[in-house]
Amino acid sequence: MSQVKVKPRTIRIEVLRYRPEQEQAPVLQAFEVPFTDDMSVLQGLQYIKDELDGTLSYRWSCRMAICGSCGMMINGVPKLACSIFLRDLYPGTLRIEALAHFPIERDLVVVMDDFMTKLSLIKPYIIPKEVRTLSQGEYLQTPQQLARYEQLSSCINCLLCYAACPQFGLNSDFIGPAAMALVQRYKLDSRDAGSAQRMPLVYAEEGVFNCTAVGYCSEVCPKDVDPANAVNINKTESAKDYFLRFLQPKGAQA
Amino acid sequence: MWRSLERGGAGLRAAIAIAQQDPSLTVALISKVYPMRSHTVAAEGGAAGVVQAHDSLQHHFHDTVAGGDWLCEQDVVDYFVAHCTEEMVQLEHWGCPWSRKPDGHINVRAFGGMKIERTWFAADRSGFHMLHTLFQTSLQFPSIKRFDEYFCVDLLVEEGCAKGAVAIHIASGEFVMIEARSVIIATGGAGRVFRENTNGGIVTGDGMALAYRHGVPLRDMEFVQYHPTCMPGTGLLFTEACRGEGGFLVNKDGYRYLQDYGLGPAEPTPRNKAMELGPRDRLSQAFWYEQQKGRTIEGPQGSAVHLDLRHLGAQKLRERLPQICELAKQFMGIDPALTPIPVRPAAHYTMGGILVDGQCASPMPGLYAAGECSSVGIHGANRLGSNSLSEICVFGKVAGDHAAAYARKLAPGNGTRLMQQAQAAQTRALSLVGDNRGTERISVLRREMAQTMERGVGIYRTGDEMHATCDELARLRERYQRVRVDDGSSVFNTEWLLAIELGYQLQVAQAMAVSALHRKESRGAHQRLDDYQKRDDANYLQHSLATFAGDAPPVISYAAVKITHSPPGVRAYGAAGEAADAKNKCAPGPP
Repeated sequence: MSQVKVKPRTIRIEVLRYRPEQEQAPVLQAFEVPFTDDMSVLQGLQYIKDELDGTLSYRWSCRMAICGSCGMMINGVPKLACSIFLRDLYPGTLRIEALAHFPIERDLVVVMDDFMTKLSLIKPYIIPKEVRTLSQGEYLQTPQQLARYEQLSSCINCLLCYAACPQFGLNSDFIGPAAMALVQRYKLDSRDAGSAQRMPLVYAEEGVFNCTAVGYCSEVCPKDVDPANAVNINKTESAKDYFLRFLQPKGAQA
Repeated sequence: MWRSLERGGAGLRAAIAIAQQDPSLTVALISKVYPMRSHTVAAEGGAAGVVQAHDSLQHHFHDTVAGGDWLCEQDVVDYFVAHCTEEMVQLEHWGCPWSRKPDGHINVRAFGGMKIERTWFAADRSGFHMLHTLFQTSLQFPSIKRFDEYFCVDLLVEEGCAKGAVAIHIASGEFVMIEARSVIIATGGAGRVFRENTNGGIVTGDGMALAYRHGVPLRDMEFVQYHPTCMPGTGLLFTEACRGEGGFLVNKDGYRYLQDYGLGPAEPTPRNKAMELGPRDRLSQAFWYEQQKGRTIEGPQGSAVHLDLRHLGAQKLRERLPQICELAKQFMGIDPALTPIPVRPAAHYTMGGILVDGQCASPMPGLYAAGECSSVGIHGANRLGSNSLSEICVFGKVAGDHAAAYARKLAPGNGTRLMQQAQAAQTRALSLVGDNRGTERISVLRREMAQTMERGVGIYRTGDEMHATCDELARLRERYQRVRVDDGSSVFNTEWLLAIELGYQLQVAQAMAVSALHRKESRGAHQRLDDYQKRDDANYLQHSLATFAGDAPPVISYAAVKITHSPPGVRAYGAAGEAADAKNKCAPGPP
């Protein structure tokens, strides 16, 4: 198992601090952190909190890139702190800041309310095609049908894609990559018939057409959800939807 | 108006049950993290529910009760196995992306200690998908009012009845008092009291400690499950599904050592309940012996054995175990298709918890508990893999239904008196903040607690070591009185919360260690190397109850185990297990 050798080195970590009761604006604070090759950036932060300065605040929990808590800017790139390693950032100074494009609550903690509201808005639950009782058993869904939306359902809500999205940076009303991917996830699920209820949101002013197809969101996604693709499929769907309205008899829902 | 306190998978399931049953009841869903961050998210392998024609509720019952070394409440297990499948179907209706067979029906996989395959799975992200399905489904119910990132510091109790909770709004440091006619605790386990563990940072036994401080006993706390296949150092989990899909465990000589521990024969494909598909306690114990014999692989993070998945092939690994591949690659630089993964046991699951009956009701009227924080009686001395994800659904719903029914019968508490209680709780919590007179660092106390827990109440235990751990925990609790919190601010003060959590952890750890010391036998996950190496049904076929005693260690008492139709038998696996099963064929099944 000794693929990684224990050889403590020291890395300089600059952390953006912001305590609204103390600082008017965020300031950088530097720490010297000894590390071994198996230590993640999150473990570096834990070292700072445990040994150097207990007042540093950040969110974390699972340590294995699935709870989505520890998104932050690491040398300017949105990353999960638990799954990027100090050895890969050494030598040089490492800079850690709160996720871009979100208001900072404190230190590395951002205000998430906006995303939580958007998540509710898109109705991220099955609106069934046909209602089944429990005694009727499961809906049938072939592996191929599952494969259509499976990757889109892997979003951990870590918000890295929002920190990567230049449009969201300019206009936080934009519904954004993760929420759009979820719209697409439910749309592609053979059990769901709720798209008509979700589409107005997609082609609204804050919807898909805000996306300028930069694609950075997909690049930073730690779960390969590919929200950029989902947004752009939604653009096509949304355009189709818009034109179909003129082709159908009055009052019909596309 | 009625409200409740919850978190995570079981809490969400309870909230939905209440919202569906009676939309006029308001549910307060209080969680110290956003609900989709709760630790259910990290469960990988899957959830049990009988579906195959050649499987039966009786088999699930027997795997559970024998797996728990007969320390299970058998009537509760009957209810549990009878309701797992419908809860899995319910999740399917709500959108959970369960893996499928070519005909469109859901697929099941093998798991350790399981006679017939019955684990529903969503690749190896089952808990993640279950939690997000539950959370997203909960968003359609307007009666569920969420308190995201609110940290509970106390329960409100009036004339012995649960009446709500006091919480800190983490973002502002403000206190809120939430009055309720009933309260459900669904706060997960306490695995973080151990050094090497699979748990997220939030798994600190908060709900257990809250109930315990108010006199509700913690049951069977000495039983802590070590999961046999975890990453050395971090303790991160490699799911049992690795073995369910056919993975091997080998020692430094490439030898499948489990055949030396009554789990053989070693066949190319492990049969159910044999070899790598044995139960978790036995596999972790076998590791310990291999280590004693010097047959493990030594690395910078301690001894390890190899989890060998190479023969499964890259495609199957990608399809069935994508997250395992990702973890191995990211954290260890290993491609499991080419290289075996070093693994060792780590603390994983708290079998014991808040004492509740089959309706999830604790002895305190109005207080309910569900999920890992509770002891409803299905895990006994060792939990069967796949049962915990089913448990959060089956008993989340039960807790929701019964807490709602209870609440409807009741008038709200006396607001003035509850407010006085809440203010007292606030004063206690605030006394920790920015107290520069303290001398004890949180991280030092936490580390010493985790080390002593590992030494004294790990995979194998002795009276002397348990004694030493109990003494050390008592000292740590005393030192905790002088804990130092440097951070005096009110906005997102995580150091303050860590200090409160450490207080919870020390009390729960003490309940574990003292319960362990008193159990003078070996059963399931509680294995002693001193004079008590055998199971002793005459004296210890009993649940332990740890009752809070202030600054002193808990008082330990015992309560009967409900045995309805499966008298204690020999726990046998591998070929011996099959022989025993054949002999017991005519044994009566559940009614």
